[in-house]
Amino acid sequence: MTRSKAGGKIVEARELKKYFIAERGLFFGGKKWVRAVDGVDFHIKRGEIFGLVGESGCGKSTVGKLILGIWKPTAGRVYFDGRGIAEMDGGKLRKLRRRMSIVYQHPYSSFNPRMLVRDIVGRPLKAFEIAKGRRKEELVANALQEVGLNPEHMFRYPHEFSGGQQQRIAVARVLALNPDFVVLDEPTSALDMSVQAHVLNLLSHLQQKYNFTYLFISHDLNVIEHISDRIGVMYVGKLLEVAAKKELYQNPLHPYTKFLLEAVLTPSLKRRRKREILRGEVPSPITPPPGCRFHPRCPYAMDICRRKIPELMDVGGKHQVACHLVGKR
Amino acid sequence: MVEKMAKPLLEVRGLKTYFFTDEGVVKAVDGIDFDISKGEIFGLVGESGCGKSVTALSLLRVIPSPPGKIINGRVMFEGRNLMKISEKEMRHVRGAKISMIFQDPHSSLNPVFRIGDQIAEAIQLHQMTDKKEVPSKVAEALDLVRIPDPEDRMYQYPHQFSGGMKQRAMIAMMLACNPSLLIADEPTTAVDVTIQVQILELLKELRGKQDASIMLITHNLGVIAEVCDRVAVMYAGNIVEQADMAGLFRNPKHPYTHALLGAFPSAEKKRGELTVIPGFVPSLVNPPPGCRFHPRCPYAKPICTEEMPPVVKVNEGHWVRCYLYEGGK
Repeated sequence: MTRSKAGGKIVEARELKKYFIAERGLFFGGKKWVRAVDGVDFHIKRGEIFGLVGESGCGKSTVGKLILGIWKPTAGRVYFDGRGIAEMDGGKLRKLRRRMSIVYQHPYSSFNPRMLVRDIVGRPLKAFEIAKGRRKEELVANALQEVGLNPEHMFRYPHEFSGGQQQRIAVARVLALNPDFVVLDEPTSALDMSVQAHVLNLLSHLQQKYNFTYLFISHDLNVIEHISDRIGVMYVGKLLEVAAKKELYQNPLHPYTKFLLEAVLTPSLKRRRKREILRGEVPSPITPPPGCRFHPRCPYAMDICRRKIPELMDVGGKHQVACHLVGKR
Repeated sequence: MVEKMAKPLLEVRGLKTYFFTDEGVVKAVDGIDFDISKGEIFGLVGESGCGKSVTALSLLRVIPSPPGKIINGRVMFEGRNLMKISEKEMRHVRGAKISMIFQDPHSSLNPVFRIGDQIAEAIQLHQMTDKKEVPSKVAEALDLVRIPDPEDRMYQYPHQFSGGMKQRAMIAMMLACNPSLLIADEPTTAVDVTIQVQILELLKELRGKQDASIMLITHNLGVIAEVCDRVAVMYAGNIVEQADMAGLFRNPKHPYTHALLGAFPSAEKKRGELTVIPGFVPSLVNPPPGCRFHPRCPYAKPICTEEMPPVVKVNEGHWVRCYLYEGGK
């Protein structure tokens, strides 16, 4: 692999926003918007695993799709290898896409059920005119072998495989293309514990071997802690905290991050300590609260939290947090 | 098997539930024994298809038939064998004495009736109550599960509740009938992590207040560690190990229990080195002879392939079905 080693930013998002129309007014105006992603700044370094964690509906999957250019952002910019992709035209974006890929939570729905595994895994090779015929089949066979499937399985249909195997097929499709950057959107959330372990190990091995960069999206704090180098915490369209894994888990600064970590359940007897339980419900992204998105549930909310949206600020040690409390100290 | 000072609330012996399908007889639950004491939270843990939900449905005799059938077994509950009593008597047990909540509260609630009416129906069906008292009982039940403004919320429809609130409303409905056993089948699998701890806390509280026993079915060992007193590990229709919490997490015996604990992702385990179980969950139409785990077990001996391992007592209240420990090893 001739891939430059760790270091520079491979992906950068600046003031990224994505609004969806929730409800159209009867006449002009009166439109309601879902603010799925509402001003997010972060970057991913080459060769790292960046974990993006948050509860359902916080906008983490939307961020993944914006970064790949699958969706156009409402505002803000995405840079891939220093080049802005939001304003790229089809042809240029296509060239860049060859270097990125995605694995979804439910692999089966990303397969054409009438295609053989050979054609599913080989599809990107064909689409990007990388290989065809014999050569393509060879690459597919190698990819299948690499993810622990029998190369002869390429002549089967996806429904003939178990959930864990289907996820391997999805990973093989990524591998055949051999991209630089992969978005993994809840890749193990639909799998049983023992199958999840298989897939997590596989993803770790491949990342090391090929020096892939991952954006690993998950709601599972145990998985995120296990796999990530750096972690971003999202809540209702906003990034609240970004830090290296160890730093985040040992020294969480945002109250929401603290509550999230309090909610982590582990199979050990360190349990049953009194947990700080977060009350209330996640607000709707259609009518997010003014100021800090978390203030209605935050036990430390001050007056300013209700008025002013806190900015994501550096607090030293490559630790960023968006909270008025932290700025004060 | 399990000596207890007081008689257990529920005593299950030799329970077998088979499904007669075109592909053959699926031995979903194949001879299991366990007890649940009064006021205890008993966990049943295992991966998908191991028979844990079928066990719960069998206790209530609500196995879809055909194709399902309870072949054998004794379920002693409050002095009666639930497998022998008439359907009419059974109807007085369901809901009133043993009630159940499911993973997806959305499909258990009727979308066209108000939440309050649905809870009222449960109260009126199972308890002789003065009609005038019903609304206050409903509000009381919702208040118990911490639904804010219960007097207003009871007049809302399920779609106006969030996922976590719907699950709490389901729990309220169950508890309004004062059951002595609550079966919770993956009650937190469909909710977010911060809501998960809210619901588990609620279950713990209710055990304390109402002195109800809870049978908690889950695939998540973290959930088990958080709330249970005792736990049974299920694999391919059999219980392979049963222990109290200290026994299970400090001194796990069965190779499958070991593997499950090793597969749980955490920061302490190195990336790419989670324990994996080779092979697949066996077909329950043709389960492997002897110990059902032997094809995937790293310690399998010749005898494991021939005969079902005996129950070996490890400690008071801790037993394992495994030849490794036979003869006091």
